[in-house]
Amino acid sequence: MSGQRGEKAFVPVLPRLEVAGVDAWMVRLFDRIDEANMPWITALLRRCEAAFGEALVDLVPSYTTLLVHYDPWRLTPGEARSRLGAVLADLEPDEEGGLGEGASGNVKELEVWYDDSVGPELALLQQESGLSREAVIEAHSGHEYRVFALGFAPGFAFMGSLPDELVLPRLDTPRKRVPAGSVAVANRQTSAYPRVSPGGWNLIGRTSARLFDRDREGFSLLRVGDRVRFVAVDRDRFEAAGGDTSPVEEPDSKGKTSNGKSA
Amino acid sequence: MSVAGKGEKVQLRVERAGPLALLQDAGRFGVRRLGVTQGGPADLHGWAWANHLLGNAWGAAALEITFGGLSLIAEGETSLALAGADLEATLDDEPVEPWSRFELRAGQRLRFGSPRQGLRAYLAVPGGFLADPVLGSVSSVVREGLGGHDGRGGKLQKDDTLIFQGESRKSRDLPRPPPDEERPDYIRPPRLALVPGAQVADFDGTSLFEVFNRGWQVDDRTDRMGVRLTGPVLKCAVTSMISEGIGLGAVQVPPDGQPIVLLNDRQTIGGYPRLGALTPLACSRLAQCLPGHDIHFRAQGVNAAQAEHRRFLACFRTG
Repeated sequence: MSGQRGEKAFVPVLPRLEVAGVDAWMVRLFDRIDEANMPWITALLRRCEAAFGEALVDLVPSYTTLLVHYDPWRLTPGEARSRLGAVLADLEPDEEGGLGEGASGNVKELEVWYDDSVGPELALLQQESGLSREAVIEAHSGHEYRVFALGFAPGFAFMGSLPDELVLPRLDTPRKRVPAGSVAVANRQTSAYPRVSPGGWNLIGRTSARLFDRDREGFSLLRVGDRVRFVAVDRDRFEAAGGDTSPVEEPDSKGKTSNGKSA
Repeated sequence: MSVAGKGEKVQLRVERAGPLALLQDAGRFGVRRLGVTQGGPADLHGWAWANHLLGNAWGAAALEITFGGLSLIAEGETSLALAGADLEATLDDEPVEPWSRFELRAGQRLRFGSPRQGLRAYLAVPGGFLADPVLGSVSSVVREGLGGHDGRGGKLQKDDTLIFQGESRKSRDLPRPPPDEERPDYIRPPRLALVPGAQVADFDGTSLFEVFNRGWQVDDRTDRMGVRLTGPVLKCAVTSMISEGIGLGAVQVPPDGQPIVLLNDRQTIGGYPRLGALTPLACSRLAQCLPGHDIHFRAQGVNAAQAEHRRFLACFRTG
Protein backbone atom coordinates (compact mmCIF):
# COMPACT_ATOMS: atom_id res chain seq x y z
CA MET A 1 0.00 0.00 0.00
CA SER A 2 2.48 2.61 1.11
CA GLY A 3 5.15 3.43 -1.43
CA GLN A 4 8.78 4.19 -0.83
CA ARG A 5 9.49 7.55 0.68
CA GLY A 6 12.06 9.64 -1.10
CA GLU A 7 11.20 8.27 -4.52
CA LYS A 8 12.40 10.65 -7.17
CA ALA A 9 10.18 12.73 -9.41
CA PHE A 10 6.97 11.90 -7.58
CA VAL A 11 4.07 13.40 -9.49
CA PRO A 12 0.35 12.78 -9.62
CA VAL A 13 -0.28 9.82 -11.87
CA LEU A 14 -3.78 10.65 -12.89
CA PRO A 15 -5.11 14.14 -12.52
CA ARG A 16 -8.71 13.35 -13.42
CA LEU A 17 -11.97 15.19 -12.88
CA GLU A 18 -15.12 13.23 -12.09
CA VAL A 19 -18.66 14.53 -11.76
CA ALA A 20 -19.73 14.29 -8.12
CA GLY A 21 -23.20 15.84 -8.35
CA VAL A 22 -24.75 19.17 -9.39
CA ASP A 23 -22.31 21.15 -7.29
CA ALA A 24 -19.11 19.13 -6.93
CA TRP A 25 -16.12 17.76 -8.79
CA MET A 26 -13.90 14.99 -7.55
CA VAL A 27 -10.26 15.63 -8.39
CA ARG A 28 -8.41 12.33 -8.45
CA LEU A 29 -4.65 12.75 -8.28
CA PHE A 30 -3.32 9.34 -7.28
CA ASP A 31 -4.34 5.70 -7.31
CA ARG A 32 -2.57 4.47 -4.18
CA ILE A 33 -1.89 5.58 -0.64
CA ASP A 34 1.46 7.27 -0.16
CA GLU A 35 2.72 9.84 2.31
CA ALA A 36 4.25 11.66 -0.64
CA ASN A 37 0.75 12.32 -2.04
CA MET A 38 -0.05 14.77 0.70
CA PRO A 39 2.02 17.82 -0.35
CA TRP A 40 0.16 17.67 -3.68
CA ILE A 41 -3.24 17.36 -2.03
CA THR A 42 -2.63 20.27 0.36
CA ALA A 43 -1.24 22.42 -2.46
CA LEU A 44 -4.32 21.70 -4.56
CA LEU A 45 -6.55 22.56 -1.62
CA ARG A 46 -4.94 25.96 -1.13
CA ARG A 47 -4.98 26.72 -4.85
CA CYS A 48 -8.68 25.88 -5.03
CA GLU A 49 -9.42 28.26 -2.16
CA ALA A 50 -7.79 31.04 -4.16
CA ALA A 51 -9.28 30.06 -7.51
CA PHE A 52 -12.88 29.69 -6.31
CA GLY A 53 -13.07 32.38 -3.63
CA GLU A 54 -16.70 33.20 -2.84
CA ALA A 55 -17.93 30.39 -5.07
CA LEU A 56 -16.29 27.75 -2.88
CA VAL A 57 -18.59 25.85 -0.53
CA ASP A 58 -16.35 23.12 0.87
CA LEU A 59 -13.25 21.03 0.24
CA VAL A 60 -12.73 17.46 1.39
CA PRO A 61 -9.14 16.29 1.01
CA SER A 62 -8.34 12.61 1.39
CA TYR A 63 -5.56 10.10 0.67
CA THR A 64 -5.61 10.43 -3.11
CA THR A 65 -8.36 12.91 -3.91
CA LEU A 66 -9.87 16.32 -3.28
CA LEU A 67 -13.63 16.78 -3.41
CA VAL A 68 -14.42 20.33 -4.50
CA HIS A 69 -17.90 21.51 -3.58
CA TYR A 70 -18.80 24.79 -5.30
CA ASP A 71 -21.85 27.05 -5.18
CA PRO A 72 -24.22 25.99 -7.98
CA TRP A 73 -25.86 29.39 -7.79
CA ARG A 74 -22.62 31.02 -8.96
CA LEU A 75 -20.92 28.46 -11.22
CA THR A 76 -22.04 25.96 -13.83
CA PRO A 77 -20.30 22.56 -13.86
CA GLY A 78 -18.36 23.70 -16.92
CA GLU A 79 -17.18 26.92 -15.27
CA ALA A 80 -16.06 25.06 -12.18
CA ARG A 81 -14.29 22.52 -14.33
CA SER A 82 -12.29 25.12 -16.19
CA ARG A 83 -11.16 26.71 -12.94
CA LEU A 84 -9.94 23.31 -11.79
CA GLY A 85 -8.26 22.68 -15.12
CA ALA A 86 -6.33 25.93 -14.77
CA VAL A 87 -5.25 25.05 -11.23
CA LEU A 88 -4.12 21.57 -12.23
CA ALA A 89 -2.21 22.79 -15.26
CA ASP A 90 0.54 24.37 -13.17
CA LEU A 91 0.14 22.70 -9.79
CA GLU A 92 3.31 22.41 -7.71
CA PRO A 93 3.44 20.40 -4.49
CA ASP A 94 3.87 22.09 -1.14
CA GLU A 95 7.44 21.80 0.08
CA GLU A 96 8.28 18.27 1.17
CA GLY A 97 8.61 18.14 4.93
CA GLY A 98 6.57 21.31 5.10
CA LEU A 99 3.27 22.03 6.74
CA GLY A 100 -0.12 20.48 6.49
CA GLU A 101 -3.08 22.55 5.43
CA GLY A 102 -3.35 23.97 8.96
CA ALA A 103 0.09 25.56 8.57
CA SER A 104 1.08 25.78 12.21
CA GLY A 105 4.74 24.86 12.19
CA ASN A 106 6.80 21.79 12.88
CA VAL A 107 5.92 18.21 13.55
CA LYS A 108 2.96 17.99 15.92
CA GLU A 109 3.55 15.91 19.01
CA LEU A 110 0.92 13.96 20.90
CA GLU A 111 1.81 12.77 24.38
CA VAL A 112 0.63 9.22 24.98
CA TRP A 113 0.39 7.13 28.10
CA TYR A 114 0.84 3.59 26.77
CA ASP A 115 -0.72 1.29 29.33
CA ASP A 116 -2.81 -1.88 29.36
CA SER A 117 -5.56 -0.20 31.37
CA VAL A 118 -6.20 2.40 28.68
CA GLY A 119 -4.81 0.33 25.81
CA PRO A 120 -6.19 -3.20 26.11
CA GLU A 121 -4.74 -4.26 22.75
CA LEU A 122 -1.18 -3.40 23.72
CA ALA A 123 -0.84 -7.02 24.82
CA LEU A 124 -2.31 -8.31 21.57
CA LEU A 125 0.14 -6.21 19.60
CA GLN A 126 3.03 -7.68 21.63
CA GLN A 127 1.74 -11.14 20.97
CA GLU A 128 1.22 -10.65 17.24
CA SER A 129 4.48 -8.82 16.63
CA GLY A 130 6.65 -10.89 18.92
CA LEU A 131 8.07 -7.65 20.27
CA SER A 132 8.44 -6.69 23.90
CA ARG A 133 6.11 -4.09 25.36
CA GLU A 134 8.90 -1.52 25.25
CA ALA A 135 9.71 -2.34 21.63
CA VAL A 136 6.06 -1.93 20.60
CA ILE A 137 5.90 1.48 22.28
CA GLU A 138 9.20 2.44 20.74
CA ALA A 139 8.05 1.38 17.30
CA HIS A 140 4.81 3.35 17.54
CA SER A 141 6.36 6.48 19.03
CA GLY A 142 9.59 6.33 17.07
CA HIS A 143 7.95 6.91 13.72
CA GLU A 144 6.74 10.09 12.06
CA TYR A 145 3.28 9.88 10.52
CA ARG A 146 1.36 11.89 7.98
CA VAL A 147 -2.29 12.83 8.31
CA PHE A 148 -3.99 11.42 5.20
CA ALA A 149 -7.54 12.48 5.97
CA LEU A 150 -9.92 13.47 8.74
CA GLY A 151 -13.22 11.70 8.98
CA PHE A 152 -15.41 9.30 10.95
CA ALA A 153 -15.81 12.03 13.59
CA PRO A 154 -14.72 15.67 13.95
CA GLY A 155 -10.96 15.76 14.48
CA PHE A 156 -10.38 12.02 13.90
CA ALA A 157 -7.17 11.87 11.83
CA PHE A 158 -6.24 8.86 9.73
CA MET A 159 -2.45 8.73 9.98
CA GLY A 160 0.15 6.49 8.45
CA SER A 161 1.84 4.55 7.61
CA LEU A 162 2.62 2.22 10.51
CA PRO A 163 5.82 0.18 10.56
CA ASP A 164 5.18 -3.40 9.35
CA GLU A 165 5.48 -4.94 12.81
CA LEU A 166 2.56 -2.88 14.14
CA VAL A 167 0.06 -3.86 11.47
CA LEU A 168 -3.01 -5.40 13.07
CA PRO A 169 -6.51 -5.84 11.61
CA ARG A 170 -9.50 -4.08 13.14
CA LEU A 171 -11.31 -5.81 15.99
CA ASP A 172 -13.90 -8.38 14.92
CA THR A 173 -16.44 -6.74 17.20
CA PRO A 174 -16.20 -2.96 17.51
CA ARG A 175 -16.48 -1.45 20.97
CA LYS A 176 -19.65 0.46 21.67
CA ARG A 177 -17.77 3.00 23.73
CA VAL A 178 -14.17 4.00 23.09
CA PRO A 179 -13.00 6.64 25.59
CA ALA A 180 -11.91 10.07 24.37
CA GLY A 181 -8.18 10.33 23.73
CA SER A 182 -7.75 6.61 22.99
CA VAL A 183 -4.76 6.04 20.71
CA ALA A 184 -5.37 3.22 18.31
CA VAL A 185 -4.05 1.23 15.36
CA ALA A 186 -5.78 -0.62 12.54
CA ASN A 187 -4.12 -2.12 9.47
CA ARG A 188 -1.42 0.34 8.40
CA GLN A 189 -2.90 3.33 10.19
CA THR A 190 -3.01 4.97 13.57
CA SER A 191 -5.27 7.58 15.14
CA ALA A 192 -6.69 9.00 18.34
CA TYR A 193 -10.39 9.26 19.18
CA PRO A 194 -11.34 12.91 19.81
CA ARG A 195 -14.42 12.04 21.86
CA VAL A 196 -16.27 9.06 23.19
CA SER A 197 -17.62 7.04 20.29
CA PRO A 198 -18.04 3.53 19.03
CA GLY A 199 -14.91 2.17 17.39
CA GLY A 200 -13.25 -0.94 16.03
CA TRP A 201 -9.59 -0.02 16.20
CA ASN A 202 -7.06 -1.62 18.56
CA LEU A 203 -6.45 0.58 21.60
CA ILE A 204 -2.84 0.89 22.75
CA GLY A 205 -2.78 4.01 24.92
CA ARG A 206 -4.33 7.39 25.57
CA THR A 207 -3.39 10.97 24.84
CA SER A 208 -4.15 14.00 26.97
CA ALA A 209 -4.20 16.22 23.88
CA ARG A 210 -7.47 17.95 23.07
CA LEU A 211 -7.93 16.80 19.50
CA PHE A 212 -11.07 18.74 18.73
CA ASP A 213 -12.01 21.93 20.49
CA ARG A 214 -14.84 24.09 19.21
CA ASP A 215 -13.44 27.13 21.01
CA ARG A 216 -9.97 26.88 19.48
CA GLU A 217 -8.92 28.68 16.33
CA GLY A 218 -9.07 26.08 13.59
CA PHE A 219 -11.00 23.64 15.87
CA SER A 220 -8.98 20.52 15.06
CA LEU A 221 -5.50 19.92 16.45
CA LEU A 222 -4.59 17.84 13.41
CA ARG A 223 -5.00 18.78 9.77
CA VAL A 224 -4.60 16.91 6.53
CA GLY A 225 -0.93 16.83 5.54
CA ASP A 226 0.37 17.38 9.09
CA ARG A 227 3.37 15.42 10.28
CA VAL A 228 2.73 13.81 13.64
CA ARG A 229 4.80 12.07 16.29
CA PHE A 230 3.60 10.27 19.42
CA VAL A 231 5.63 10.83 22.58
CA ALA A 232 5.52 8.24 25.37
CA VAL A 233 4.87 9.71 28.82
CA ASP A 234 4.29 8.17 32.24
CA ARG A 235 1.09 8.18 34.17
CA ASP A 236 2.03 11.19 36.33
CA ARG A 237 2.81 13.36 33.36
CA PHE A 238 -0.34 12.16 31.57
CA GLU A 239 -2.50 13.01 34.58
CA ALA A 240 -0.80 16.36 35.13
CA ALA A 241 -1.64 17.24 31.52
CA GLY A 242 -5.29 16.56 32.23
CA GLY A 243 -5.42 13.00 30.92
CA ASP A 244 -8.24 10.72 32.01
CA THR A 245 -6.82 7.58 33.65
CA SER A 246 -10.06 5.65 33.98
CA PRO A 247 -9.56 2.22 32.41
CA VAL A 248 -11.32 1.09 29.26
CA GLU A 249 -14.54 -0.59 30.32
CA GLU A 250 -15.21 -3.95 28.78
CA PRO A 251 -18.89 -4.57 29.49
CA ASP A 252 -19.21 -7.93 27.71
CA SER A 253 -17.28 -11.11 28.12
CA LYS A 254 -14.30 -9.45 26.41
CA GLY A 255 -12.62 -8.20 29.56
CA LYS A 256 -9.16 -9.54 28.60
CA THR A 257 -6.03 -7.74 29.79
CA SER A 258 -7.87 -4.72 31.12
CA ASN A 259 -7.24 -5.26 34.78
CA GLY A 260 -4.46 -5.13 37.25
CA LYS A 261 -1.67 -3.27 35.54
CA SER A 262 -2.90 0.27 35.70
CA ALA A 263 -1.37 1.30 39.00
CA MET B 1 -26.55 37.07 11.49
CA SER B 2 -28.03 39.55 13.92
CA VAL B 3 -27.66 38.83 17.58
CA ALA B 4 -29.58 41.86 18.71
CA GLY B 5 -32.40 40.85 20.96
CA LYS B 6 -30.48 37.89 22.34
CA GLY B 7 -31.65 36.96 25.79
CA GLU B 8 -34.87 38.75 25.06
CA LYS B 9 -38.34 37.44 24.89
CA VAL B 10 -39.01 33.76 24.74
CA GLN B 11 -41.56 33.12 22.01
CA LEU B 12 -42.16 29.39 22.06
CA ARG B 13 -41.98 26.85 24.84
CA VAL B 14 -41.72 23.10 24.26
CA GLU B 15 -44.58 21.34 25.99
CA ARG B 16 -43.80 17.94 24.52
CA ALA B 17 -40.67 17.22 22.46
CA GLY B 18 -41.72 14.29 20.27
CA PRO B 19 -39.14 11.89 18.83
CA LEU B 20 -36.90 14.30 16.92
CA ALA B 21 -37.10 18.05 16.41
CA LEU B 22 -33.89 19.80 15.34
CA LEU B 23 -32.86 23.32 14.44
CA GLN B 24 -31.51 23.49 10.89
CA ASP B 25 -30.04 26.37 8.94
CA ALA B 26 -28.56 25.78 5.46
CA GLY B 27 -25.81 23.61 6.94
CA ARG B 28 -22.25 23.73 8.21
CA PHE B 29 -19.76 24.49 5.46
CA GLY B 30 -16.01 24.86 5.22
CA VAL B 31 -15.17 22.35 7.95
CA ARG B 32 -15.69 18.98 6.27
CA ARG B 33 -11.92 18.74 5.92
CA LEU B 34 -11.90 18.41 9.73
CA GLY B 35 -14.30 15.48 9.65
CA VAL B 36 -17.31 17.67 10.49
CA THR B 37 -20.45 16.74 8.61
CA GLN B 38 -22.64 19.11 6.59
CA GLY B 39 -25.90 18.98 8.53
CA GLY B 40 -28.73 21.19 7.31
CA PRO B 41 -32.30 20.33 6.35
CA ALA B 42 -32.84 16.81 5.03
CA ASP B 43 -35.61 18.26 2.86
CA LEU B 44 -34.10 21.44 1.44
CA HIS B 45 -37.24 22.10 -0.57
CA GLY B 46 -39.66 22.10 2.37
CA TRP B 47 -37.22 24.04 4.56
CA ALA B 48 -36.73 26.71 1.88
CA TRP B 49 -40.48 27.16 1.43
CA ALA B 50 -41.18 27.45 5.15
CA ASN B 51 -38.62 30.26 5.46
CA HIS B 52 -39.76 31.90 2.25
CA LEU B 53 -43.35 32.15 3.43
CA LEU B 54 -42.19 34.46 6.22
CA GLY B 55 -39.87 36.43 3.97
CA ASN B 56 -36.78 35.05 5.74
CA ALA B 57 -33.41 35.25 4.01
CA TRP B 58 -31.88 32.03 2.65
CA GLY B 59 -30.16 30.21 5.51
CA ALA B 60 -32.47 31.20 8.37
CA ALA B 61 -32.77 28.47 11.00
CA ALA B 62 -36.07 26.57 10.97
CA LEU B 63 -37.24 23.60 12.99
CA GLU B 64 -37.12 20.17 11.32
CA ILE B 65 -39.82 18.05 12.91
CA THR B 66 -39.48 14.36 12.18
CA PHE B 67 -42.50 12.12 12.65
CA GLY B 68 -44.51 14.66 14.66
CA GLY B 69 -45.29 14.35 18.36
CA LEU B 70 -44.12 17.89 19.11
CA SER B 71 -46.22 20.35 21.07
CA LEU B 72 -45.34 24.04 21.38
CA ILE B 73 -46.94 26.81 23.44
CA ALA B 74 -46.76 30.41 22.25
CA GLU B 75 -45.49 32.93 24.80
CA GLY B 76 -46.36 35.90 22.61
CA GLU B 77 -48.09 36.82 19.40
CA THR B 78 -46.29 35.74 16.26
CA SER B 79 -46.50 34.57 12.64
CA LEU B 80 -45.30 31.09 11.77
CA ALA B 81 -45.05 29.10 8.57
CA LEU B 82 -45.22 25.40 7.92
CA ALA B 83 -44.04 23.37 4.92
CA GLY B 84 -42.98 19.83 4.06
CA ALA B 85 -44.73 16.80 5.52
CA ASP B 86 -48.31 16.80 6.75
CA LEU B 87 -47.89 15.72 10.36
CA GLU B 88 -51.46 16.49 11.45
CA ALA B 89 -50.58 19.94 12.79
CA THR B 90 -53.27 21.61 14.86
CA LEU B 91 -53.57 25.05 16.40
CA ASP B 92 -55.65 24.71 19.56
CA ASP B 93 -57.10 21.55 18.04
CA GLU B 94 -58.03 23.23 14.72
CA PRO B 95 -56.18 21.76 11.71
CA VAL B 96 -53.38 23.86 10.22
CA GLU B 97 -52.99 23.71 6.46
CA PRO B 98 -49.61 22.41 5.34
CA TRP B 99 -47.70 24.93 3.19
CA SER B 100 -49.20 27.89 4.95
CA ARG B 101 -48.53 30.90 7.13
CA PHE B 102 -50.60 31.45 10.26
CA GLU B 103 -50.77 33.55 13.42
CA LEU B 104 -50.31 32.35 16.96
CA ARG B 105 -51.43 34.27 20.07
CA ALA B 106 -49.93 33.95 23.54
CA GLY B 107 -51.05 30.74 25.21
CA GLN B 108 -52.06 29.00 22.02
CA ARG B 109 -50.82 25.49 21.38
CA LEU B 110 -49.33 24.22 18.11
CA ARG B 111 -49.31 20.46 18.13
CA PHE B 112 -48.14 17.79 15.71
CA GLY B 113 -49.64 14.31 15.48
CA SER B 114 -48.22 11.63 13.21
CA PRO B 115 -47.32 11.46 9.51
CA ARG B 116 -50.26 11.70 7.16
CA GLN B 117 -48.01 12.51 4.15
CA GLY B 118 -44.24 12.64 4.29
CA LEU B 119 -41.94 12.38 7.28
CA ARG B 120 -40.43 15.79 8.04
CA ALA B 121 -42.20 19.10 8.53
CA TYR B 122 -40.47 22.48 8.66
CA LEU B 123 -41.60 25.22 11.00
CA ALA B 124 -40.24 28.69 10.25
CA VAL B 125 -40.40 31.71 12.54
CA PRO B 126 -39.81 35.43 11.81
CA GLY B 127 -36.14 35.94 10.97
CA GLY B 128 -35.34 32.35 11.93
CA PHE B 129 -34.64 30.82 15.34
CA LEU B 130 -31.94 32.52 17.36
CA ALA B 131 -29.04 30.37 18.55
CA ASP B 132 -25.28 30.74 18.80
CA PRO B 133 -23.63 29.37 15.68
CA VAL B 134 -21.12 26.56 16.28
CA LEU B 135 -18.43 26.28 13.60
CA GLY B 136 -20.40 28.77 11.57
CA SER B 137 -23.82 27.16 11.76
CA VAL B 138 -26.69 26.46 14.11
CA SER B 139 -27.56 23.21 12.33
CA SER B 140 -28.01 20.54 14.94
CA VAL B 141 -26.02 17.32 14.51
CA VAL B 142 -26.73 15.00 17.42
CA ARG B 143 -23.89 12.58 16.68
CA GLU B 144 -21.26 15.33 16.69
CA GLY B 145 -22.74 17.33 19.56
CA LEU B 146 -22.65 20.50 17.46
CA GLY B 147 -25.22 23.24 16.87
CA GLY B 148 -28.88 23.41 17.79
CA HIS B 149 -30.71 25.62 20.25
CA ASP B 150 -28.39 24.43 23.04
CA GLY B 151 -25.15 24.57 21.01
CA ARG B 152 -24.57 20.89 21.84
CA GLY B 153 -26.40 19.36 18.92
CA GLY B 154 -29.31 18.37 21.10
CA LYS B 155 -32.80 17.67 19.89
CA LEU B 156 -35.58 19.67 21.50
CA GLN B 157 -36.53 18.65 25.03
CA LYS B 158 -39.58 19.35 27.13
CA ASP B 159 -39.52 22.87 28.62
CA ASP B 160 -36.90 24.17 26.17
CA THR B 161 -37.53 27.76 25.18
CA LEU B 162 -37.07 29.17 21.70
CA ILE B 163 -36.22 32.72 20.65
CA PHE B 164 -36.62 34.34 17.26
CA GLN B 165 -34.24 36.55 15.28
CA GLY B 166 -36.81 38.93 13.87
CA GLU B 167 -40.25 40.44 14.14
CA SER B 168 -43.43 39.33 12.43
CA ARG B 169 -44.18 41.23 9.26
CA LYS B 170 -47.46 42.26 7.70
CA SER B 171 -48.68 39.37 5.65
CA ARG B 172 -49.51 41.53 2.62
CA ASP B 173 -45.74 42.05 2.17
CA LEU B 174 -45.02 38.36 2.23
CA PRO B 175 -44.77 35.76 -0.54
CA ARG B 176 -47.76 33.63 -1.48
CA PRO B 177 -47.87 29.95 -0.60
CA PRO B 178 -46.44 27.71 -3.33
CA PRO B 179 -48.57 26.79 -6.31
CA ASP B 180 -49.87 23.22 -6.37
CA GLU B 181 -47.13 21.97 -8.68
CA GLU B 182 -44.53 23.05 -6.10
CA ARG B 183 -46.17 20.91 -3.42
CA PRO B 184 -44.84 17.39 -3.72
CA ASP B 185 -47.15 14.43 -3.48
CA TYR B 186 -45.33 12.48 -0.79
CA ILE B 187 -47.43 9.37 -1.33
CA ARG B 188 -46.90 8.65 -5.02
CA PRO B 189 -43.62 6.75 -5.59
CA PRO B 190 -41.04 9.33 -6.77
CA ARG B 191 -38.64 9.09 -9.70
CA LEU B 192 -35.44 10.41 -8.19
CA ALA B 193 -32.86 12.10 -10.44
CA LEU B 194 -29.45 10.48 -10.14
CA VAL B 195 -26.43 12.08 -11.76
CA PRO B 196 -24.19 9.16 -12.75
CA GLY B 197 -20.54 9.45 -11.83
CA ALA B 198 -17.84 8.04 -9.58
CA GLN B 199 -17.53 4.28 -10.08
CA VAL B 200 -20.67 3.84 -12.19
CA ALA B 201 -18.60 2.24 -14.97
CA ASP B 202 -17.45 -0.52 -12.60
CA PHE B 203 -20.96 -1.87 -12.08
CA ASP B 204 -22.01 -4.71 -14.36
CA GLY B 205 -24.54 -4.13 -17.13
CA THR B 206 -27.37 -6.01 -15.48
CA SER B 207 -26.93 -4.05 -12.29
CA LEU B 208 -27.04 -0.73 -14.12
CA PHE B 209 -30.18 -1.81 -15.93
CA GLU B 210 -31.77 -2.73 -12.63
CA VAL B 211 -30.81 0.52 -10.93
CA PHE B 212 -32.88 2.50 -13.42
CA ASN B 213 -35.60 0.02 -14.32
CA ARG B 214 -36.56 -1.70 -11.11
CA GLY B 215 -38.34 -0.39 -8.06
CA TRP B 216 -36.49 0.15 -4.78
CA GLN B 217 -37.84 0.07 -1.30
CA VAL B 218 -36.90 2.36 1.58
CA ASP B 219 -35.53 0.23 4.41
CA ASP B 220 -36.28 0.95 8.05
CA ARG B 221 -32.61 1.74 8.61
CA THR B 222 -33.07 5.32 7.52
CA ASP B 223 -32.03 8.51 9.27
CA ARG B 224 -30.31 11.83 8.64
CA MET B 225 -27.04 10.06 7.79
CA GLY B 226 -28.49 8.01 5.01
CA VAL B 227 -31.31 5.95 3.58
CA ARG B 228 -30.84 2.27 2.86
CA LEU B 229 -32.70 0.81 -0.07
CA THR B 230 -33.59 -2.78 -0.76
CA GLY B 231 -34.04 -4.36 -4.18
CA PRO B 232 -31.99 -6.37 -6.67
CA VAL B 233 -28.44 -7.15 -5.54
CA LEU B 234 -26.04 -4.86 -7.42
CA LYS B 235 -22.64 -6.10 -8.47
CA CYS B 236 -19.58 -3.92 -8.79
CA ALA B 237 -16.09 -4.95 -9.89
CA VAL B 238 -14.72 -2.75 -7.11
CA THR B 239 -15.67 -3.78 -3.58
CA SER B 240 -13.71 -1.35 -1.50
CA MET B 241 -11.67 1.71 -2.29
CA ILE B 242 -9.34 4.18 -0.68
CA SER B 243 -11.61 6.51 1.28
CA GLU B 244 -12.54 9.79 -0.37
CA GLY B 245 -14.86 12.73 0.16
CA ILE B 246 -18.57 12.01 -0.23
CA GLY B 247 -21.07 14.56 -1.46
CA LEU B 248 -24.72 14.96 -0.55
CA GLY B 249 -26.88 12.34 -2.20
CA ALA B 250 -24.02 9.99 -3.07
CA VAL B 251 -25.41 6.53 -3.77
CA GLN B 252 -22.93 4.05 -2.35
CA VAL B 253 -23.10 0.30 -2.71
CA PRO B 254 -21.45 -1.76 0.03
CA PRO B 255 -20.55 -5.43 -0.59
CA ASP B 256 -24.10 -6.62 0.17
CA GLY B 257 -25.18 -4.95 -3.08
CA GLN B 258 -27.92 -2.82 -1.48
CA PRO B 259 -27.52 0.92 -2.08
CA ILE B 260 -27.37 3.59 0.60
CA VAL B 261 -28.16 7.20 -0.29
CA LEU B 262 -26.06 9.47 1.89
CA LEU B 263 -27.80 12.50 3.32
CA ASN B 264 -26.90 15.57 5.35
CA ASP B 265 -25.34 13.95 8.43
CA ARG B 266 -23.25 11.42 6.47
CA GLN B 267 -19.63 10.79 7.34
CA THR B 268 -17.33 13.08 5.38
CA ILE B 269 -15.30 10.35 3.68
CA GLY B 270 -16.03 6.77 2.70
CA GLY B 271 -14.67 3.85 0.75
CA TYR B 272 -17.56 2.09 -0.98
CA PRO B 273 -18.09 2.34 -4.75
CA ARG B 274 -20.78 4.79 -5.82
CA LEU B 275 -23.21 5.00 -8.71
CA GLY B 276 -23.25 8.80 -8.62
CA ALA B 277 -25.25 11.32 -6.66
CA LEU B 278 -28.91 12.22 -6.33
CA THR B 279 -29.73 15.86 -7.04
CA PRO B 280 -30.48 18.03 -3.99
CA LEU B 281 -34.20 18.00 -4.80
CA ALA B 282 -34.18 14.22 -5.18
CA CYS B 283 -32.59 14.03 -1.72
CA SER B 284 -35.33 16.32 -0.43
CA ARG B 285 -37.99 14.05 -1.81
CA LEU B 286 -36.31 10.90 -0.50
CA ALA B 287 -36.09 12.46 2.97
CA GLN B 288 -39.90 12.50 3.01
CA CYS B 289 -40.19 8.73 2.37
CA LEU B 290 -41.18 6.48 5.21
CA PRO B 291 -39.76 2.96 5.51
CA GLY B 292 -41.50 0.64 3.08
CA HIS B 293 -42.09 3.33 0.43
CA ASP B 294 -41.23 2.54 -3.19
CA ILE B 295 -38.93 4.72 -5.25
CA HIS B 296 -37.43 4.70 -8.73
CA PHE B 297 -34.27 6.23 -10.14
CA ARG B 298 -33.86 8.11 -13.38
CA ALA B 299 -30.51 9.15 -14.84
CA GLN B 300 -29.94 12.84 -15.44
CA GLY B 301 -26.88 14.58 -16.91
CA VAL B 302 -25.08 17.03 -14.69
CA ASN B 303 -25.82 20.14 -16.76
CA ALA B 304 -29.55 19.52 -16.96
CA ALA B 305 -29.64 18.58 -13.29
CA GLN B 306 -27.84 21.72 -12.25
CA ALA B 307 -30.06 23.92 -14.43
CA GLU B 308 -33.07 22.44 -12.66
CA HIS B 309 -31.51 23.09 -9.27
CA ARG B 310 -30.77 26.70 -10.21
CA ARG B 311 -34.39 27.22 -11.17
CA PHE B 312 -35.32 26.05 -7.69
CA LEU B 313 -32.72 28.30 -6.04
CA ALA B 314 -33.91 31.27 -8.10
CA CYS B 315 -37.14 31.34 -6.07
CA PHE B 316 -35.25 31.79 -2.83
CA ARG B 317 -31.74 33.09 -3.26
CA THR B 318 -30.97 36.66 -4.12
CA GLY B 319 -27.27 37.13 -3.34
